[in-house]
Amino acid sequence: MNKRRPKHLALHLIQLPLPGFVSILHRVSGLALFLALPALLLMLQYSLRSISTYTVLMEVLSQPLVKLLLLGLLWAFLHHFCAGLRYLAIDLHYVHSLKQARDSSKIVLLVSLLLTMLIGVKLW
Amino acid sequence: MVNRIVVGAHYGLSDWLIQRVTAVVMAVGSSALAVYFLLHDDMGYDRWTALFASQPVRAFALLFMLSLFYHAWVGVRDIVMDYVKPAGVRLVIHVLVVLALLLYSIWSVQILWAI
Repeated sequence: MNKRRPKHLALHLIQLPLPGFVSILHRVSGLALFLALPALLLMLQYSLRSISTYTVLMEVLSQPLVKLLLLGLLWAFLHHFCAGLRYLAIDLHYVHSLKQARDSSKIVLLVSLLLTMLIGVKLW
Repeated sequence: MVNRIVVGAHYGLSDWLIQRVTAVVMAVGSSALAVYFLLHDDMGYDRWTALFASQPVRAFALLFMLSLFYHAWVGVRDIVMDYVKPAGVRLVIHVLVVLALLLYSIWSVQILWAI
């Protein structure tokens, strides 16, 4: 049999299932948080060292562009947090069916976006 | 019945466990901080530094950060193993990530004990 036969994949019909989407976002958000670590540590240092560094930090954080970046990081954290809790639930055998897997993925996406908006509105 | 001969150092299993233990530490820590923020509307420099000046909080903050760095190591290592195939490049990235996380650990002690 010819094993090098062509495969005809309907690329316009193939898409990542929802749990896969949550999974790749878990990866992307984790990597983003890792890359942001030096900035986050510097922020913690400035917030604690003295009242003058604290004031400088608050001034920098009030810039609209910085706020937008922080909002992105906040979403990365919240998504990673929620998706991580979902994985812990799966480890503890709380997810049995495909429907539960899809529903919990939807919940993770919605809750992390909703929390980001809520906290974002509060911080703005 | 599966008669599988299990060999090796089992470091995959311990990493799997460590990834979850560190995740729980961070989930507890960040939830506690979020509750603290909700309870105290008047958050400012004084309250913020007073929080970290308390010895138990400082100790747990360090535990949180060390958990974060170990968690980040396992995660980044998995990503690199999946996408970076040349052994040399992979080794260089691994070494850089480990060194960065070790430096972050030292930096964290400096930050927390400078208050």
